Amino acid sequence: MFRTQSSERPFCFVLPALGLMAAVALYPLASTFWLSLRHELPIFGISRFVGLAHYAELWHDQRFWNSLANTLYFTVVSVSLEVILGLGAALLLQQVFPARGLVRALVLVPWFIPTVVAARMWEWIYNPQLGVLNFLLVQSGLSAEGVNWLGHPTLALHAAILADVWKSAPFAALLILAGLQTIPPDLYRAARVDGAGPMQTFWHITLPLLVPVLGLTLLFRTLDALRVFDTVYVLTGGGPANTTETLSIYAYRLSFQTLQFGYGAAVAVVIFAVVLGVSLLALAALRRLGGIPQ
Amino acid sequence: MPSERDTPRNPQMTQVGTALLFALAVIIMLGFCLLPVAWQLLTALKPTAELVSLPPLFPSAPTLDHFRTVFAERPFARILLNSAVVSTCTTALGLAVGTPAAFALAKLHFPGQQVILLGTLAVSMFPQIAIVGALFLLIRLLHLRDTYWALILSDTTFALPLVIWVLTSFFRDVPNDLLRAARVDGCTAFQALTHVFLPVVAPGLVTAAVLTFVFSWNEFLFALTFTATASARTVPVEIALFPGLHEVPWGELAAATMVVTLPLLVPVGLLQRRIVAGLTAGAVKG
Repeated sequence: MFRTQSSERPFCFVLPALGLMAAVALYPLASTFWLSLRHELPIFGISRFVGLAHYAELWHDQRFWNSLANTLYFTVVSVSLEVILGLGAALLLQQVFPARGLVRALVLVPWFIPTVVAARMWEWIYNPQLGVLNFLLVQSGLSAEGVNWLGHPTLALHAAILADVWKSAPFAALLILAGLQTIPPDLYRAARVDGAGPMQTFWHITLPLLVPVLGLTLLFRTLDALRVFDTVYVLTGGGPANTTETLSIYAYRLSFQTLQFGYGAAVAVVIFAVVLGVSLLALAALRRLGGIPQ
Repeated sequence: MPSERDTPRNPQMTQVGTALLFALAVIIMLGFCLLPVAWQLLTALKPTAELVSLPPLFPSAPTLDHFRTVFAERPFARILLNSAVVSTCTTALGLAVGTPAAFALAKLHFPGQQVILLGTLAVSMFPQIAIVGALFLLIRLLHLRDTYWALILSDTTFALPLVIWVLTSFFRDVPNDLLRAARVDGCTAFQALTHVFLPVVAPGLVTAAVLTFVFSWNEFLFALTFTATASARTVPVEIALFPGLHEVPWGELAAATMVVTLPLLVPVGLLQRRIVAGLTAGAVKG
């Protein structure tokens, strides 16, 4: 650490960044809380204080509980798949083989493709008449006729999960690979000398040492999945019959389709609370596991 | 007569088997990652007549018609320009604001540093949806709707935590002696940053710039909410809405998605190692 003279005011270095975050993130957040306590319908000129009425309304709102359940299901399934596939991919990519650099770069392709573009690609693949997925299904004889992936009440959410896994598993692989590379090779050599097989090495050396990185990957992906918006918005818009409506989609529809800014803000506050709660729990757990430097 | 010890598999055969299994796994992994993109490329190259039924899987005569239509019959050039302007300005502003902050957090000493670092982390975990309604009302109040500024300011704010975290870890790796030497030579802290530190952390700046650019190029929720017309609409919104006369024009849509994806391939491919290092800095090192 370097001590500056007081005339230099090191605080000036951080002021622009703090100002921007205060104006564009903190102020709107405070404003969202305030908005959630008000009945705001701009098109009718309605604007009045209602206290906690919106939260009481949420408690009895079937659609809210449905969107919460969808969000949690989406998060648990997609994040587990992403971490498992990411771990598998990272173990493959760590090996020495020809053109490894190229393969590593290619695996990253889905990750930097815009989420909206990825969702459009999958929408086309899922297309009931012209989609390549149904074509393969029928050609291989697995199904007599095509499936309406995005129009089916239980399949639609899973179709969205698959699109999300495709897009995000590479990111998980990337983080886990970076974690694998920090494991000292000496440990593997020692294990081999002691006669440990590949499975034993994996369970007793690789996995325990990867726990902090796996925890971090899990946290990053969970926070992203809890606020999923783009993929669902493009693929189904929340349909059919709200079976893919997540919290973010519900909040968005309330604010920008039915223009109930106050009630939409209440749902937004719930999303914020869920994300904050998960982050704090995860950070506490990670700190204990040593995944985050103090 | 083979003894019992020899009956287990021939070690050479096992090695070949393992190699084959490994190759198969790599091929499946690559197929999963790349086939959807390849299918989109094939779709973009198919004549419209071949898009109304399956088979054919492959275009009989690949054509660039869809690419031509996208630019001729839609404001797509304008949309690309909007995205380029917004992403470039976001990157410039993000680095201009984030670099001094990261420098001060890593190398200078002042009260509240830990709080600021944690606050920054908190903003990075912010769900955008939680503030988009309130931010929309603010932007409408300031008459910034459907302007570049609405997007540049919101994108910059949400990219800042990443910029600050990546750069802070790069600045920390620079020895303190460098700062002391600059000080002896009579540099102020700001001069030390611009003259001594910036050249040293150049790789970090490149990483942060690419990450910010890609974030802004891909950002959807703000762009969807704060833009109304083609004058400020960005690529993701155009792709999501992609209006057609009756049905979604899949060929044109595929061409458009290829146009916005391919330019990212080169820089991200070239800088892949650096990006990974930047993303995992601090997170995995500890």
